[in-house]
Amino acid sequence: MHELAVCQGLLGQLERIAAQHGARRVTRIVIRNGPLSGVEPRLLQDAFPLAAAGTLAAESELVVESTPLTVRCDQCGAESEARPNRLICAVCGDWHTRLVSGDELILASVELDIPDPS
Amino acid sequence: MCNTCGCNVTPGNAHLIADEGRLSRTADGHAAVEVLSNLLSANDHQAAHNREHLDGHRVLAINLMSSPGSGKTALLEATIEALGQELRIAVIEGDLETENDAARVRAKGVPAIQITTGSACHLDAHMVHDALHHLDLDTVDLLFVENVGNLVCPASFDLGHHRNVVLLSATEGDDKPAKYPVMFRAADLMLVTKADLLPHLDDFSPQRAEQELRQLANAAPVVQLSARKGEGMTEWISWLRSELAHHRTQLAAAPVAHDPQHSHHHHHHGHEHHHDHHHGHHHGHHHD
Repeated sequence: MHELAVCQGLLGQLERIAAQHGARRVTRIVIRNGPLSGVEPRLLQDAFPLAAAGTLAAESELVVESTPLTVRCDQCGAESEARPNRLICAVCGDWHTRLVSGDELILASVELDIPDPS
Repeated sequence: MCNTCGCNVTPGNAHLIADEGRLSRTADGHAAVEVLSNLLSANDHQAAHNREHLDGHRVLAINLMSSPGSGKTALLEATIEALGQELRIAVIEGDLETENDAARVRAKGVPAIQITTGSACHLDAHMVHDALHHLDLDTVDLLFVENVGNLVCPASFDLGHHRNVVLLSATEGDDKPAKYPVMFRAADLMLVTKADLLPHLDDFSPQRAEQELRQLANAAPVVQLSARKGEGMTEWISWLRSELAHHRTQLAAAPVAHDPQHSHHHHHHGHEHHHDHHHGHHHGHHHD
């Protein structure tokens, strides 16, 4: 269960971004997570309120978008969907493939509440 | 307020909107910032720094990962016995509690730094950084980082090491790579440990374990090894020698800037990561 550590990393980034933009609160966070990132979206959702309590993201909505698991075959060049423990080419069945997407754990965007300076 | 649309654009923040369009407005008036950075970027920056530091001293760092009890420390003991006269070895030990493993390694005459993580299930780059400060890297060729026994969490944290070695003991299931794909996908070498027990176990097939590894599109070599009986040690030792030689050849070809004053440049911005592109543990493949 390292999702708490992941959330703490996220909060560090959020604080920097909020300070950079003069924001007082983070209202929405969008994360893109692939099946091979090692992070479970549900555990991330569970851990986030614990990590965010008392921070400027305490009331924030956390959205976790799942990215597809896609591989490109070194042998036949086809791009196909794969499963986490079967990263083989769906077209020719070869295992010499490269991951196109599916291991990412990315902070895609945040929404901030920036006070009106007027 | 902007007179045209009522948004919060002021001379003070207009540059943020102009800045590659990164700051925009949502329907309900909140500012939306596109970030697109790795969620573990703080760890990754520290890992890149560790790697630079290690590279500056020409040290090859190997992250040992496995379930608890699969023989990581026994492997280290046997490795030190086999290679200790030829290469200078140091060890960073990660455990939740106790100095036991570090004591076992020290008994073999090798410096060992114990990190006790408390309840943390993995090592991270910051913990390893602190441990590095307790080692004289000028006197080290090979650094082993024995991660916390766990096939899940350690896979998500780059430590700044150069190679991942994953141990799978013969008393575990041969389908472990299929059960823990994130971990086994990252392996640069898989060791089937306690191989001396294989004749007594009818349900572990090293061939099946290797097939499962290939299903993860991983071409890493697989070595059957028994630290107790010495089986497979020659292959393991020669892998270590060749990876160290390869690493040093790479470093010589692309020397990294290193400050002889042993000072630390912390890179909190930018992405000047010196990832070893031959192998290594990549997170957020966009760094490559």
